[in-house]
Amino acid sequence: MTSRVLTNLLQVATVLLLSPLVRGILDRLEERVQSKRGPSVWQPYRDLWKLFHKDEVVSEHSSWIFRVAPYVIFVTPIFVALLIPVLTAYPLAFAFMGDMLGGGFVLALGGFFATLAAVDTGNPYGPMGASRTRMVGFLAEPVFMIVFFTVSFVAGSTIPYIVQQRWVRPLPTFFEPAHVLLMMAFIMLILAEAGRIPVDNPSGHFELAMIDESKGLEYSGRAAALVKWGGAMKFFVLLVIFLNVLVTPWGLATTQAPAQVLLAVPLVLLKILAFLLLLVVIESSLAKLRLFRITEFLGAAFVTATVAMITRVF
Amino acid sequence: MVSSLNDLAGGVFLLTAFGLIVPWQAAQSLRLFVVQSMCLAASALLLASGLGAPDLIAVGALTLATKSLLIPWLLRRTVSREIYTRRELSPVVNVPSSLLVALALVVLSYFVAGPLVAAVPRTFARVNLPIGLAGLLLGAYPLLVRREAIPQVIGILAMENGAFYAGVAIAPDLPLIAELAAAFDVLVIALVLGLLTRTIHERVGTTDVASLATLREIRVSGAILRKESGAREGAAR
Repeated sequence: MTSRVLTNLLQVATVLLLSPLVRGILDRLEERVQSKRGPSVWQPYRDLWKLFHKDEVVSEHSSWIFRVAPYVIFVTPIFVALLIPVLTAYPLAFAFMGDMLGGGFVLALGGFFATLAAVDTGNPYGPMGASRTRMVGFLAEPVFMIVFFTVSFVAGSTIPYIVQQRWVRPLPTFFEPAHVLLMMAFIMLILAEAGRIPVDNPSGHFELAMIDESKGLEYSGRAAALVKWGGAMKFFVLLVIFLNVLVTPWGLATTQAPAQVLLAVPLVLLKILAFLLLLVVIESSLAKLRLFRITEFLGAAFVTATVAMITRVF
Repeated sequence: MVSSLNDLAGGVFLLTAFGLIVPWQAAQSLRLFVVQSMCLAASALLLASGLGAPDLIAVGALTLATKSLLIPWLLRRTVSREIYTRRELSPVVNVPSSLLVALALVVLSYFVAGPLVAAVPRTFARVNLPIGLAGLLLGAYPLLVRREAIPQVIGILAMENGAFYAGVAIAPDLPLIAELAAAFDVLVIALVLGLLTRTIHERVGTTDVASLATLREIRVSGAILRKESGAREGAAR
């Protein structure tokens, strides 16, 4: 039992410590593709360090929500990290507290507080970005629902550990059309949820065009660091759910031996790196969509997910 | 292993069939069509080993040669580059509705194929029949709503792909001559339609099929004048 709790804590530590690195690698790779040198992969850590040592300014017109929100944004991905298979293929101590749906709700809670805090400040760009994020969010919601329906229909459960064992690991079911289509739909969801390029431009500095970034504009100092770090962890958690549960459940620890669990850390990082390469290709070859064409993008994701379900129903 | 790879080809086939109904540039449609044809060829080759039908090797090779190499080359040669890179501005039905219609078509094809699959005692029909049927219906959809000629041509070819995709699973020992005839047929269709589109583009200045709704009589004496007015009209639209 204690070793399981320790492994669980190790999972959380992995998510905490490696998520800025993933952000850094992604930024660097994208700059390299554009033939620039790009910032160091450790830049996100330096940013966080700098922000933690700066003074914080809070508007006197804002309420407690503005002050609480960074902590909620920071903590929710950690909660999800307790529920999903980050390092181990067997369920850990808290695994049965919530399924993929529960994890989705916890992540959505962070997003909800971010929205509230953005509206709270009175900065005109905050509410605008918040309402846009909500728009993307409610368009992505049905896709999430259908993905979960399909997963639970095929695997008989939405607990991520059971899904990867029953559906993704056996080779015949790995290649079936439902799985291929579902992976496609989930990639589109990750792009939308993480604010990546066809939906949102994460490196844009123009407030009027921002979707996801403008919610954190009012934060400074420690709160800004927490919001940033929380965003990086959310991205990491989404990637882990996608890779470890739906695409490549290999390379996870199968026994409780500490060596094996530790070995899983670089393997997970390697898988994420491979996915980041794909993401860089997607982001470099597509242009950002106009706001009202996001409907089409997520509509396509919805249809793909629904067809994935249909191929199994009949 | 054969069966799971065939499943994979089926999934990608269905995805490309979806891609064809979204109004991108014609070049994108053509690229998707090439990928779809490759999936069809892959499925035929896999089924050849899975069902022990040597004819299907020829079918796969023919598909690969004609549909993923020859037809794209022909369509690119016959129709000017400008048509491929032009963006289609106003589809008749907007994209979200198109996607929902496509979804309905897939549901329909799975619904229809269910009893058929039960009746055909073939192993691979469970994947190939409904997906091929869906490919057929999704290929027919651009014929109704796309305004440019080239996506419509690709729609016809995609319909043929869908029919073949279902066909290789339910009738793997079809005489080779039938397959040969079909492959040649498609080649001729692509050539004729490509040349026709080119001619229309040269004469009228557009390949927007909405402005080609009426036939017009051209008298020899006033030919040049009419042609110019037609071109202006096309450009105005």
